[in-house]
Amino acid sequence: MMRLLLCSCRVVLAVVATASIAAAAPQKPGAPAPPSNDDCLACHGDAGAVRADGRSVAVAPETFAGSIHGMGGLACVDCHADLAALAEYPHAEKLQPAQCATCHDAAVAAYGTGVHAQARRSGGNLAAAGCADCHGSHDIKPSADPASRTHHARLLDTCGRCHGNEAIVGQGSAGRGNIVDLFRDSIHGKALIKSGLSVAPTCTDCHGSHDIRRKADPASLVFRKTIPATCSRCHEGIGREYWEGVHGSQVAKGSPLAPVCTSCHTAHDIRRSDVEGWKLEVIKECGTCHEQSLGTYRDTFHGQVTALGFARVASCADCHGAHGIFPKADPRSTVSEANLVATCRQCHEGATASFARFDPHADPDNRERNPLLFYTSQFMKMLLLGVFSFFGLHTALWLGRGMQQKAAGRLRRRQDPEATEDGE
Amino acid sequence: MSAQEPAHQGVPAHTHYRRFDRADRLLHGFLMFSFLSLAFTGLPLLFSHEAWASRLVGVLGGFESAGTIHRVAAVVMIGVFVTHLSRIFRRLFVLKDLSILWGPTSMVPQPRDLFEMIAHVRWFLGLGPQPRFDHFTYWEKFDYWAVFWGMGIIGGSGMILWFPQTVAHVLPGWVFNIATVIHGEEALLAVVFIFTFHFFTGHLRPEKFPMDSVIFTGRVTLKEMEEERADELERLTRSGRIDELASAAAPRWVYRLGRTAGAIAVVLGLLMVALILYAVLT
Repeated sequence: MMRLLLCSCRVVLAVVATASIAAAAPQKPGAPAPPSNDDCLACHGDAGAVRADGRSVAVAPETFAGSIHGMGGLACVDCHADLAALAEYPHAEKLQPAQCATCHDAAVAAYGTGVHAQARRSGGNLAAAGCADCHGSHDIKPSADPASRTHHARLLDTCGRCHGNEAIVGQGSAGRGNIVDLFRDSIHGKALIKSGLSVAPTCTDCHGSHDIRRKADPASLVFRKTIPATCSRCHEGIGREYWEGVHGSQVAKGSPLAPVCTSCHTAHDIRRSDVEGWKLEVIKECGTCHEQSLGTYRDTFHGQVTALGFARVASCADCHGAHGIFPKADPRSTVSEANLVATCRQCHEGATASFARFDPHADPDNRERNPLLFYTSQFMKMLLLGVFSFFGLHTALWLGRGMQQKAAGRLRRRQDPEATEDGE
Repeated sequence: MSAQEPAHQGVPAHTHYRRFDRADRLLHGFLMFSFLSLAFTGLPLLFSHEAWASRLVGVLGGFESAGTIHRVAAVVMIGVFVTHLSRIFRRLFVLKDLSILWGPTSMVPQPRDLFEMIAHVRWFLGLGPQPRFDHFTYWEKFDYWAVFWGMGIIGGSGMILWFPQTVAHVLPGWVFNIATVIHGEEALLAVVFIFTFHFFTGHLRPEKFPMDSVIFTGRVTLKEMEEERADELERLTRSGRIDELASAAAPRWVYRLGRTAGAIAVVLGLLMVALILYAVLT
C-alpha cells in the first residue's frame, strides 16, 4: 500500500478526456516496447490509486474489460498515445488528453463544428461537454447497449447532468431554466420515460449528437426554418399538411413571422393537444399574431367560456384546423363557404346554412362588417350611459339632500314598525 | 293595537295599511331569487377575463352547471313574468278594473309623474318643498317598466341563445351576434340598476336605511303613509277606502324572514356591483 501511494503521487492519468485533436506520437524504431495494459493496471488497477492532489487515478480492470474498448482488445496506450514511447515509470503527471480522433475522426470532426467544441474553443469554457462527458472514459459502451450513457433511453440523464443544472448551464450561453424537467413532463418525455417507447425522441433526435448547433445557426436542426423538417422526420403526415397550409407556405417563402411547430407547441414543453390546459393556452398563442381575431372571439360565448377556463367549446383550431389552415377563400379551408356548415356541425349537430351565418368574429365596433350589430351596440351603450348618468345624478343629489336632512335632525329616527307581535 | 279605533279629525287611526298583496310579495320573492341566480351565473361570462369570474364559475361547479342554474332561474323568472301578466289581464278583462290603465294606482306614466320628478329634483337642490306622492312614485314606475322591458329583452334574446338551432330555421345566424350583445348589455344595465339605484331608493337612502320591509310584509305604517305618500293617504281618507286597507302588523316571522332575505340580497347585490366596478376600473 505504501509503495502504491508513493508511486501514485507522481502518476498522472488524464481521466477527463477532452477532444482536441492531436496526432499520436509515432513509435521510433529501437524504442522500448510500449507498456501493456497489465503494466498500467499494476498501479492504476488499485482502487486506492490517487495522485498528488488526492484525486483518484484508479481504473477498475473489470470496468475497462467490460467496455467496448476493452472488449475490442484496445491497449491503454492506443488512447493515451504519449505513454507508448515512455520508458520510465512512474510517468509524469501532465499527459496529453486521450486521443479519440485516432479512430473516431469523423465524429470528432463533427463535434468540432458543434456548439460544445465552440464553447471550449472560444470561451475556454471547460464546462462544455467533451467526448468523455457524454460517452464516459474507461467504461464506454456502444449506444445500442441499454447500459450506455448514450443509449436512447438514458441520453436524457446524460444531457441533463449539465442542461438540468442551472449552475452548469449558467457558466455558458446555453438555454436557461431546467429544460430537462420541462422535457420530462412533455408528451415526448412521458413517451420516452414512462412508456419506454423506442420511437419517442430524446435530445439528440432534434438537436443532433456530435454537431449540435445553436438555433440561430442556419445549419442547425432547430434553426427556425428547419424546425418543421426536423419535426417531420417523425410527424411526416402533419408536416405535409403544415407545408400545404397558410403558415407552412409563408415560412417556405421566408416569412420570419409565420409560426413553425415550436411557435405553438413550444420546444421542450410539448403537451398532448387534447388536454384542456393546452387547448386554452394555444388560443393565446394564436392571438399573439391574430390579435384582432382573438379580441372578437372573446366577445362570443365560445371565447368567454374558454376564458373562464373550460375547453369544451370551440377554440381556434376547432374551426380553422391546426396544421393545414387555409384562408377562407380557399375551398380547402374548414371555414370556406362549402365547408362551413360541416365545421359547425362538429358540435352543433343541427346546424344549417342559416345557422352558420353567425359571425364568430363579429366586431360591434366595425360598421362595415356588422352594421346591424354596430347600431345595436351603439344603442345599448347610449342606453346604459343615459340610464346610469340620469340615475347616478339623481341618486347623488338625493343622497346629499337626505344626509343634510338627517344632519339637521329633520328626519325622524326610523321606528321598527313591524316589531309588534300582532298576528295576521 | 286594535285597528278598530274610530278616526278623529278625518285622520285614520290604524297602525298598518296593506300595500302589496300576498301574490305580489311572493312574485317579488321569486323575482329576487331568480334575478340573483341569473346575475351570478351570467355575469361571469361578460367578465370572463377576470380572475373572480373563473373562480365564481368554479364555485358554481363549472360552466355547464352555471349554465343549468342560469336556465332554471330563467324559467322561474319567466314564470314570474307570465303570472304577473295573467294577473294584469285578469284585472283588466275579467274584473274590468280600468284603474290599472290610468289614475293614481296605475303603473302607466302620467303627467303628474313628470311634475313630481321636477319637484323632487328641485327639493334635492333646495329650491322647493318635498313633493307629496301618491300610490306609485315616478322612480317606482321606472323600476317597474325597466324590469318589464328588461324581462322582454333579456328573456327574448336569452331564448334565442338557448335554442339557436330552432331559431335558425326562422332567422339568420347573425341574430345570435345581436342577441349576445343585447343579452349581455341589457343584463349589465339591469344588474347595476337594481343593485344600486333600486337598492338606494328602496332601502339604502337616509330616509329608509338600512331597509324597508314593505315588499316582504306588504304593509306600511301610518307614519310612513304620512311621510311618503301623503297624497295617497289623503285620497284614501277622503274616499273612506282607507279602512278597507287597514291591517295589523305582519307576523314577526314574516318580518324576520323578509329582513333576512332582503339583507342577503343587498349584500350579494352590492358584492356583484363591487366585482363589476373592479373589472371596469382595473
